[in-house]
Amino acid sequence: MHIQLSWTDYLILFVYFAFVIGIGWALKRRMKGSNDFFMSGRSIPAWVTGLAFLSANLGAQEVIGMAASGAKYGIMTSHFYWVGAIPAMVFLAIFMMPFYYGSKARSVPEYLRLRFDEKTRGFNAISFAAMTVFSSGISLHALAKLLETLVGWDYDVCISVSAFIVLVYIFLGGLTSAIYNEVLQFFMIVLGFAPLAFLALKDVGGWEGLKLKLAPVATSQGFADGTWYESWAHMGSPADNPMGIGWFGMVMGLGFVLSFGYWCTDFLVVQRAMVANSMSAARRTPLIAAVPKMLFPALVILPGMVAIALHHAGGGQLLPIGADGTPDYNMTIPTLLGKYLPTGLLGVGFTALMASFMSGMAGNVTAFNTVWTYDIYQSYIAPKRTDNHYLWMGRMATVFGILLSVGAAYLASKFNNIMDMLQLVFGFVNAPLFATFLLGMFWRRATGHGAFFGLLGGTLAAMLFHGLAHTRGALAGIKGSWISPRFEFASEMSQNFWMAIVAFTACLLLTIVISLATRQTKTPDELKGLVYSLTPKLKSEDEPWYQRPVTVGVIVMGVAVLLNLLFW
Amino acid sequence: MNFDLRLPIGLLFTFYGVVLVIVGLTTDKELYERSLGININIIWGLVLFVFGATMLLLSLKSARRPPPPPDSRPPH
Repeated sequence: MHIQLSWTDYLILFVYFAFVIGIGWALKRRMKGSNDFFMSGRSIPAWVTGLAFLSANLGAQEVIGMAASGAKYGIMTSHFYWVGAIPAMVFLAIFMMPFYYGSKARSVPEYLRLRFDEKTRGFNAISFAAMTVFSSGISLHALAKLLETLVGWDYDVCISVSAFIVLVYIFLGGLTSAIYNEVLQFFMIVLGFAPLAFLALKDVGGWEGLKLKLAPVATSQGFADGTWYESWAHMGSPADNPMGIGWFGMVMGLGFVLSFGYWCTDFLVVQRAMVANSMSAARRTPLIAAVPKMLFPALVILPGMVAIALHHAGGGQLLPIGADGTPDYNMTIPTLLGKYLPTGLLGVGFTALMASFMSGMAGNVTAFNTVWTYDIYQSYIAPKRTDNHYLWMGRMATVFGILLSVGAAYLASKFNNIMDMLQLVFGFVNAPLFATFLLGMFWRRATGHGAFFGLLGGTLAAMLFHGLAHTRGALAGIKGSWISPRFEFASEMSQNFWMAIVAFTACLLLTIVISLATRQTKTPDELKGLVYSLTPKLKSEDEPWYQRPVTVGVIVMGVAVLLNLLFW
Repeated sequence: MNFDLRLPIGLLFTFYGVVLVIVGLTTDKELYERSLGININIIWGLVLFVFGATMLLLSLKSARRPPPPPDSRPPH
């Protein structure tokens, strides 16, 4: 697999980098204090925070991973959007943003301190900071490895150049620079991949032609005809679909626990909404992001489906074959780029690919420097310094955050197992998180002890579950069942979804029981603005209908339901 | 307080549009066999150009008017 770039393609790429750094440079003068650097002075309009909200989520897994998944599992991948994203984004906008934005917390961990106590914040801040560094490292590693195979660039050069560019623009312009660049990256990704999706679909003979060619893909693997182009019809039993999961595990595990846990509590995305210029803009942020998010399957999943259809019809020639004899699904998008795009547009598509990796990395770095400076450094290491000192620390945190990411990237390239292990541990920590926020925001009786020990218990429950469950055919070990093989799942995905369900339930029950057994240390006055029942309701009657969160939220949900029915 | 983001977006995509159209006009027909015989550089170059120019126009238009007063409504 190799792509030949001409000088026009390089020109397009370099001009893009020049703009990215130029934006950081232009914002440099405006970084007067830590509030500007970490919070963009809370002055960003909703359309910008909205698109940045979406773009920060476009990490390594989005473009490459979702296209790969589209090829491997077909249109069922759309559940990651229409089930696993939209409902949670609407919930965040309507129900949770009022507390995040209204509390004036500067980060998600800080909200936990205001609502619960110091130890709950510390637990969340430290695990989150570690996680961002590793995700950004994995993103960096994936990018460098891809560029190495695709255009033959040196791995070390790719790592240092990408890391350096991200470093420069965040160092100069802080969060505003990251957000502005994320919006630029958003347009780059949409406008760079749209012609690819169009050409691929045209080549395969449109939607009908695609269905015809996808049927043999399904039947050759022992599934029903429509498995690759019908999203719900084959979810009655885990045995009926390649994801190996039933509808209940999908809806509860992905649609509820994991999706709400990510979109509603992960500071990486929530940070974008928290710096909007008004409460109304903050609430509109996830809704504005939800509109393109709903349409993204056409951009990333559809090309994957076309690729596997053409691969199968062409006798297994299109996609490169991996060491285990199955197609290397991660090469789906790069293969299509090389196949359809002529020089010129190829430069745009290639730049879009690099942009998607860099936006994911920048999102992690800005979330890291904020949590590190406010929730760890200012809270535990050096409180009560001047604002200038924290601004300086933010810049330093950007530098060592990126250095740590580079370290993590090399770790990933040397020891794949360590990265698997770390991702597993973060999975344990993340799975129960939404229960804590749900109870914190909607049940005034939830206490600090309840939240902390509930979270800990949920994490342990996830670990225990993992020790007892495994995927069919897998050996006991890092993939599960290291205590004893008690439960067997049809696929790793199904195992993960069920782990999340178990962790969430354990955390929910534990938090309730411990809260009832302990005393509420916060007065109703302290909880005002943090808990639903103690916060005055927001009114948005004086806004036009398209700016009212509830109205827009209902419309967005309606369209998501429609899309599910359309591709049922 | 921050500059209008539509300006760099407009500049970048107008530039990309112009580059793609030029490439599309100066390259041979054989190059477009891969894109199913469509000169996608010209077509998509025009799309990018229109998008970029619209962003530029919007940005210039709002720069000429005084900035709207910041949202001063209380959060609750």
